[in-house]
Amino acid sequence: MSSKSLVTIKGIKEGLLFVLDDEAPLTEVIQDLTYKLEHTHSQFLTGPLVHVFVRLGKRSATEETKQSLIESFSARGNLIVQSIESDPIEAEPVLAAAASGMKTFTGIVRSGQTLHHDGNMLLIGDVNPGGTVTSTGNILVLGSLRGLAHAGIGGNHEAVIAASHLRPTQLRIADIVSRPPDEWGFEEAFMEFAYLHEGVMEIDKLSRLHRIRPQLGMSKGE
Amino acid sequence: MGEAIVITSGKGGVGKTTTSANVGTALALLGKKVCMVDTDIGLRNLDVVMGLENRILYDLVDVVEERCRLKQALIIDKRFEHLSLLPAAQTKDKHAVTPEQMKKIISELKQDYDYVIIDCPAGIEQGFKNAVAGADRAIVVTTPEKSAVRDADRIIGLLEKENLTDSPKLVVNRIRPNLIDNGDMLSIDEICSVLAIDLLGLVPDDEHVIKASNSGEPTVMNPDSRAAIAYRNIARRILGDAVPLMPLHQKTGVLQRIKKFFVG
Repeated sequence: MSSKSLVTIKGIKEGLLFVLDDEAPLTEVIQDLTYKLEHTHSQFLTGPLVHVFVRLGKRSATEETKQSLIESFSARGNLIVQSIESDPIEAEPVLAAAASGMKTFTGIVRSGQTLHHDGNMLLIGDVNPGGTVTSTGNILVLGSLRGLAHAGIGGNHEAVIAASHLRPTQLRIADIVSRPPDEWGFEEAFMEFAYLHEGVMEIDKLSRLHRIRPQLGMSKGE
Repeated sequence: MGEAIVITSGKGGVGKTTTSANVGTALALLGKKVCMVDTDIGLRNLDVVMGLENRILYDLVDVVEERCRLKQALIIDKRFEHLSLLPAAQTKDKHAVTPEQMKKIISELKQDYDYVIIDCPAGIEQGFKNAVAGADRAIVVTTPEKSAVRDADRIIGLLEKENLTDSPKLVVNRIRPNLIDNGDMLSIDEICSVLAIDLLGLVPDDEHVIKASNSGEPTVMNPDSRAAIAYRNIARRILGDAVPLMPLHQKTGVLQRIKKFFVG
């Protein structure tokens, strides 16, 4: 077991707050929890009824997780589990979900048409002026991007927009809006991508993508 | 059993009615039985361009509301034995007809004619839906202007959802080669790469077209007009002939590239 404690117990007004480590495997966390309940902290945990609140951090609160936690607590009759909660979803789980899969679309997104996908999207075809592609993850266009693209909807600032021919009417990443070419200083771009650098949209060659966003895919190695 | 072709554009004033009149007449000159249908109810023009305004007795809405039979409303153009026109009503609006009613009329016309040319009104509302309802194929007309190309793109998107037998074909109208050479007008290559549909014809800007529409004689009847040749070529391509694109001006270069695009 690592030296870092996997279970932190805090006293709060309503009772006891258990903060569980969200990186270690669940079985280890439960092991540590049981150990603490039965040995090291047993003196605090006997006596009158105590309300218990459990924070799971970034670990998702699935039924299975909840069940095994409640079982551990039920060993102590005076501990009443009030809630088992994960942290509210932030940008990172979206990125993790986005990085895990890529949905491929084909066809031309014409004026007045919109294409949305939750996660990474690859469009084989063009986005024409007046057409819109939106995604919670990254947007890759194997074709001409002449319309509007909005990547990282929901606040993912790490998202990128790449296209074989990047000539959009407007680009948006998370809540940042940018429009070419006056803001970027070029007229046409081939095989380039847009990303956010300290809250400002920047453009670079696709060949430098792996340096700027190394987490986007698996490195090809040496 | 004939074929119904809708001529549409989204944007107004790009030459839908002119194209309808000329392509229809050109097909009739090639010996096909043609009926032109004006679906621009309330703003009819095709009868004026064809010089048949004074012969209208009944119109499309009269047929729909069964005040007359379909045959009675058709105007037979006396200059060409195979050409007829079903005029639109000028007093009603687009809601006087439903897509189902249009479908019925068009399929009835297809029994008797080789080609039914449907002149579509501008816009994407009821009038467009009516015009497209009975069509088998579509011709999208645009001009080398950004706004016209945008609207054509929108229309192509809408047409792709219709049950057409073939993908829409493109006619670029009112081309001014000098402006394109100077970079002041969208090039044909640019238009084709955005719209990504087959090119059916290029029509140069021609004063004869304006004269012809005011005199009620379609341009195709004028052998001096360059637009007339372009329209005749379009008609032949509709019939399935492989007709090379005519030079827009004497210089090559742009043309070679267009040809390349079209052939290869």
